[in-house]
Formats: sequence, structure tokens, C-alpha cells
Amino acid sequence: MRTRDVTRGSARLWAVVFLTPVLSLLSPVLGPPSPVALAAALGQRQVLPSGMVLLVSEKRAVPIVTATMLIQAGAILDPPDRAGLANLTAELLTQGTKTRTATQISEAIEFVGGSLSVEAGQDVTTVTLSVLSRDLDLGLDLLADILLNPTFAPDEIQRKVQEVLAGIKRKQEDPGEVSAEAFAALLFGTHPYGRPVEGIEASVPTITRDDLMRFHEAYFRPNRTILAVVGDVSIPDLTRRLEAKLGAWQPGGPNFTPPPPPAVLARPVVRTIQRDVTQANINLGHLGVTRDNPDYYAIQVMNYILGGGGITSRLTATIREEKGWAYDVGSAFIPDKYAGTFNVSLQTKNEVAQDAIEAVLAEIRRIREQPVGDDELKDAKAYLTGSYPLRLDTSSKIVRLLASIEYFGLGLDYVDRSPGLINAVTAADVQRVAQKYLNPDRYALAVVADLTKAKIKP
Amino acid sequence: MSYEPRAMSQHPTPRSHEPRATSRELRGFSLCTALVVICLFLSLAVSASAASLAERVFETTLDNGLKVLLLEESKAPVVTIQVWYKVGSRNEQIGKTGISHMLEHMMFNGTPTIGPKQFSLIVQRNGGQDNAHTTSDYTAYYENFAADRVLFGLELEADRMAHLLLGEKEFQPERQVVIEERRLRIEDQPANVLGEVMRATAFLAHPYRWPVIGWPSDIEGYTRDDLVQYFRTFYAPNNATLIVAGDIKKDDLLPKIQALFGKIPRGPAQPKVITVEPPQRGERRVYVKKDAELPLVFGVYHVPNLTHPDSFALDVLAYILGGGQSARLHQQVVYEKRLASYASADYSGVHVDPYLLGVSAGPLPGKTAEEVEQAIFAEIERVQREPVLERELQKAKNQIESEFIFAQDSVHRLASLLGAWESVANWRLLAGYLDGIRKVTAADVQRVAKHYLTQDNRTVAILIPTKPAAPAGAGQPGGSKP
Repeated sequence: MRTRDVTRGSARLWAVVFLTPVLSLLSPVLGPPSPVALAAALGQRQVLPSGMVLLVSEKRAVPIVTATMLIQAGAILDPPDRAGLANLTAELLTQGTKTRTATQISEAIEFVGGSLSVEAGQDVTTVTLSVLSRDLDLGLDLLADILLNPTFAPDEIQRKVQEVLAGIKRKQEDPGEVSAEAFAALLFGTHPYGRPVEGIEASVPTITRDDLMRFHEAYFRPNRTILAVVGDVSIPDLTRRLEAKLGAWQPGGPNFTPPPPPAVLARPVVRTIQRDVTQANINLGHLGVTRDNPDYYAIQVMNYILGGGGITSRLTATIREEKGWAYDVGSAFIPDKYAGTFNVSLQTKNEVAQDAIEAVLAEIRRIREQPVGDDELKDAKAYLTGSYPLRLDTSSKIVRLLASIEYFGLGLDYVDRSPGLINAVTAADVQRVAQKYLNPDRYALAVVADLTKAKIKP
Repeated sequence: MSYEPRAMSQHPTPRSHEPRATSRELRGFSLCTALVVICLFLSLAVSASAASLAERVFETTLDNGLKVLLLEESKAPVVTIQVWYKVGSRNEQIGKTGISHMLEHMMFNGTPTIGPKQFSLIVQRNGGQDNAHTTSDYTAYYENFAADRVLFGLELEADRMAHLLLGEKEFQPERQVVIEERRLRIEDQPANVLGEVMRATAFLAHPYRWPVIGWPSDIEGYTRDDLVQYFRTFYAPNNATLIVAGDIKKDDLLPKIQALFGKIPRGPAQPKVITVEPPQRGERRVYVKKDAELPLVFGVYHVPNLTHPDSFALDVLAYILGGGQSARLHQQVVYEKRLASYASADYSGVHVDPYLLGVSAGPLPGKTAEEVEQAIFAEIERVQREPVLERELQKAKNQIESEFIFAQDSVHRLASLLGAWESVANWRLLAGYLDGIRKVTAADVQRVAKHYLTQDNRTVAILIPTKPAAPAGAGQPGGSKP
């Protein structure tokens, strides 16, 4: 298996790509991909008088505009007995304002072939607007209207509560979702991240119109908002339009005291859930890191090698390619605002579930105990730095990156700086962060499977 | 459309390496690639600059029959290299269903110069992303790179078109991976099981009746020789289209394409698919019982593909029925009658042979499949009875146009559109497509609704949720390990 040595195959390809006459014509560009030239114009940042941070990138090649708004109004702000409040608020923003009905809103945006959607997450609620540039004014009108003037009509609340409850039920039909939800509950306990964003069957129907109006009033504020816009716009023109449409939006909102950090697991905790399924859906992991962790880049490199690098990762090599146990296996460090998650997920036939879990733990131990190979390290860095052009090649990718960069305070030079930070990572760093941030003895494990066939050790 | 996992992809993509602010969803990546997603949502939606697109695409055919399409688009310093083979599950035989998809997996498993499992490693080492997908009508491969890597992709694709090894040692575990893929995508997903049974009911004779991923018994049964034979038959330059789009110079690239691909010998003519689906004479109904929480209601009608003049009106009709929250099915079935949490419609015209127009809905708790079905068919009767409003018609046309303009944001999506159309018919049909859409009248929409969306021409599929007899062990708390 490819792990730490250069394999025969890749050495031979090296000969092919470097030695054939056709390709030698390109030899000057065959070094590591260089992202340096890219970042020059990632975007411009300004803080509007209301406190809203505006990031704009002019991309005039296609007559479209894409906007992403992050508002600190996520499920983490739900009162414990109102799980699902942020989600229901988000769902209802587009369902009626002081001057437009739900149908008028959807009809207006769909008539011009655009889209306007609102989605709550754990930390933030995201509003996404896409329109042809000729319809920008209409799009911004609608965006401003749903943010400033939602009515939360009782009839609409009733509708959305029913739909959310249906969604909660349908989620139970997807063993992958059930496993992920059980994993989060094990990992975070009573911390808000342990609850599903959409709430639970018991909590959602108890949410009142007052709850929704208060939540909206408190948290949908410009000083809690980042707006990133990419596309066929000019920055002065867009700024002027936003001031006209969102000028009445007043800053405010309560201070937020983050919940106490979730407790670190003292031992493995396992939850198994019986379903009539052909595969065991496995989630294994523990707390990870937040985005401001100084080891973040070393962790990215380490995780790419372990299980983040798609088809090229160690977990895939062992569990998919060597054993043929899974179509999809991988690991991720997910940096949320107040706590991070490390997670390995895979699906495999019930009968080998326990073997697969042990193989995952063995790979976690190996990357802690032995330094990664030079080639693995080089490959990981080459992808993480060299794929920047592909991560910035469309308006929708740029707009999401701009918003994230601002949210995590990375600075607009992030794309310039990031390759240097990745390239500075050494094999010793990888091993150090593997030892520090991976723990094969204290983990949460959630398995949804046919437990008559999947024998999971407690 | 939710009930139709038409496309199967080779592997999941690398997980996100960007900072994420919007969600803490654990499954933070997609099992499908962008390419697959596009194909699912593509329908026939193309338009605005379709004409100018036709002028921007350079087309040539090499002596060995390989069709080459090049598109210079320098707005981002990236390139997409795609090879589309005109083979999919419609070309398969009973007993070997899913072999197109199995072969797609094996295309990543080695040539004399590229060792098994090295393909994606080499791509990613060069900052690139790759994947492939199989449908009923074509099998597509792509590499996306920074523009300076374009020859890597061409080299890799030419190499595996000419020299695929199909090693027995690699084949056996890969078969197991595909079996797991089938379990993941189909067996444990009630909606996808229902879709599979529905298509097997709607098509009596045509190979569209079996799933792209194949029946389990067939996946277990292929031999290496089957794969070798299939590869030799269908993976020839004269059955493929190479598309390169992005920050390229076609005059620089053409000689290199000629050098890499021109030497691959032309293959024999591919066998034609003979079977024609006979006309349906009466409604078909099928029920699937499965461990699930809520029922599902799917319906499909046989309709022509994108080469037929009615395809424009069918596309508009699908948008009027299912193109968003202001469309008729959502407005009536979800919003007014409060019977379902979603209701949608989809026309799939991008097929070599006539395919389906589908409707689907997910009943709310406490509502029955029958009520939802009646509400859906009441809407279909309404479009047959009364002409649609001018504003609805214009909205559907605007949606189709803007979808194509948005597709231009990504050279990958644009190239994928060209590839799909070329693979099932001719990419040049894209150029005339918007004109066709613009000419659709309310009377046309009413006519195609009456002609195709008849009770005798439909198949209805209903999921009946069952609960397991005894949910033994459900939710038992775990213990600790020593």
C-alpha cells in the first residue's frame, strides 16, 4: 500500500510527465503550483455606519451577483427549552413581511430567475441572494425587507412548525443523519452544539410568536452581520444602494456569554442504535480545535494525510482501497466558533463494523506514533496550497470564502498567507499535533446499524 | 430530482479545507461531485448566451473519431479537462447491469505507467481535483486544475483511454467498494429504493428500467473478462468527446491533443441499443414497504428527449409545476392545502432515448399518500384544462435563462453542459435551445400537458412506511472500554 514510500506507479508517472517531449515544453511551470498571483484582488472591506461589515469583490465577466450574509443569530442562542428557535426564525423570514406575503416574496425572486434563502446553523444564520445583475435592485429590496420587516404571522408559523416536524421525522430515515446527531449529542452533552439546529419534536411546537419576534429583534442586527458580495457590481454603487435600503437597520442586541466549553471525554462513550439497514453508519471522534488555534495549519496537513484528503488519505487507503469495506470514509476537523469537532465517518456492511472501527483507531494510533513520510507530507502541502485557484474560480466560492475570512478574522491577505503557513509545517509538527489533538482512547462513537449483525464492542 | 440517483460517482471529494462559518453539519462534504449535482439539476435548462456559446466553442474531430471541443474562457486561471464516453447503463445487458459504473471505478485502478490508486494522488499532488460519474447514457471523467497544469489532465486521460490494465487484484476489492456504494446510496435510503422500483415499473423493455449502479446479483457476478470486453467495445476515441475549457489557448493545445490522443487507434463501431420502449397503455402502480417514518409519492410520465420539438414546452411545463416555492405544486400541495412538506416536478430530457417527466411529494405527518397524490394530479388536470398565466410562462422562461447564465460562472459547469448534450445528441442543440424556449406559448404548455401527462401514460410509486416489529436495542447507552 502507498503509505510512506514512493510507489512504483508514481515514480513511473514522474518519468512520463517529465520526460515525454510534449510535456517537456511546459517544464518551466511544472514546479509546485503557485497561488501567489491570485489573492491580489480577493475583495475590499469596509464597515458601514450601522456596524455591518461589507466585503465586495468585483467580477464583471458574467452578469450575475451573489451575496452571502452571516448573522450571529444561530442555534447556539436558542434558550434550552426552545431548541429550534433560531431555525424557525430563519425559516419564517421569507414567509411574509409588512408589505409582502410569502407567495409574493417567492414569486418576485423566482420571476427574475433569482434565489433568496435563509438557513440557520449552530453559530450563524446565513442569507444567500443570487440574481442577474440587472435585477440587483429587486434582490436587495427583498433582502432588506425580509431582514427588517418579517411579520411572523400565526398562520405561517403553524405551517413552518409542521414542515420542520416533518423534516425531523424524515431525518430519522437517514441512518447517516441519525448517527451524526447521536455523535454530536455524545460529544457535546448539554452544550448547545449537542442539539440539532432544527430542534426536537418536543421543543419546536412550544415556540411562540413572541419568542420569534424577540429573537429577531435581539439578534438580527447590522453590527452582528457580515455581508459579502461578489459579481457584476461596482463597490461605490453597491454601497450607496445598501445604505439606501438598509439605512434604517439599527445596531443593537444583547451581549452574548458563550456557554462553558464542553467537557472533555474521560473515557470512550459508545451509543448504538438499531435500524433495519444494510450498513453500519459510524461516527467516531472527540473535541477538536477552534479556528484561532495556532496549530490549525499543522492540523490541516495532518488531517489531510489521515482522512481529509479524499481518495488519497490513509483512511481511504486502508478501509476502502485495501479492504473494500466502504465507499466513503474520511475525517475532518470542524472549527466552530466556540468548540471544534474531530470526526471520522464511514459506512460499511454491518458484519465488519467493529473491524472498521478498529482499523480507524489503528490509523489514528499510527499517525501519532510514527512520523509521516516525506512524500505524504509533500503531497498534502502541494494539494492544500496548489488547489487555491480551484477554490476561488467561481463567484459563489469566492463569496463564501470572503464571508468566512471575515467571520474568523483571518484578514483579506489570508489567501496570500495561507500557503506559507501550510508550507512551514514539518513532519515533526504533524506528529506533535497528532499526539496533542487525536486521542484513540477517549472518543465518542455512534453507530446506527442492524445490531443483530454488527457486533459493536461497548 | 430527489427520487432519481441517476448518476453514480467514483469517489467522494476531499473534505473541506476552508474555514467554515455557516454550519457544523458533520457530513461536511458531498458524496456527489459538483458535476453530478449539475447533471441532476440540469434538465434542459440552458439559454441566454447559448448562441454566443456556440460561437465560442471550437470543434474538431481527430482522424480516429475523437470529438474535441475547446472553449477559451480566461476569467479565472483554471482549466477543466473532461472526457465523456457515450456509454452508460442503457448499453448494458441483463445479467451485467451496472458494468458501466464498475468500469468507471476501474478507470482509476492503473495503467502500465500509472500505478493502481495513483491517479487521484497525482491529480491532487498538482493541486487538482478529479472525479467521474456514470449515468444511464454516458460516463464522464474530469480533472480540474490551475491552468498551468492542463497537460497533466490530458496526459492522464489519454493514458487510461489507451492503456487501462483492469488488474484482477485491483478489481476484487473495488467490486466490494461498489457493493458498499449501492448499500449507501440505494438500500438504506427509502426514496432511492422507491425511485429504483418506479423506473423498473415505468420501463418494461428499455434498459432504462435497471439502475445505473446495477442489481446486486449482477455486481457480484462480473468477471475481469467482462470488463475488458466492455472497455474494448465502448472506450474508443470514436465513442468519446474530449472537452477542455478555461484559461487555455486552443492553438497551443490542439497539437498536444493531437499528439496525445491522435495515436490511439479507432475502435470498432459500438453496438446499437435496439430495444424501443413500447407505448404505455394504462396506469401502472407500485408500492414499496420499507422502514421509514413517512410515506412518499412519486409519479412519472413517458416523454420525449431534447431532440423533440415538444421538449421546450415540457421544460417550461416542469418549471411551472415545480420550479420553486411560487410554482403550482408547492403553492397548492404544500402552501394552500398543507398536505406535504415539499412537492416538485422535473423533466429529464438529456437522454439518448425518450425518458421521463416526474412529480414527487413528501406528505406531512398525519397526511396520507392518497390525499397528496390527488392534490398533485388535480394540479396536472388544471394545466390541462386551463392555459397557464402569461406571468407564469414568463417566469419559467426567465428561470431557464438565468440558470444558464449562472452556469457560466464556472467553466466546469459549462463544459459539463456541453459534454452531456454532446453525449446524448449534439452540443450544437444548445445554441438553438433558448430560442425554442422563448417561442413556447401557453397553448403549447397546455397541449403537451394534455398529450403526455395522461393517466394511461403514468406510473405512480408509493412508499409505505413500516416500523420494525421490535426495535431491539434502540438507543441503548454505551459503556466504556478498558
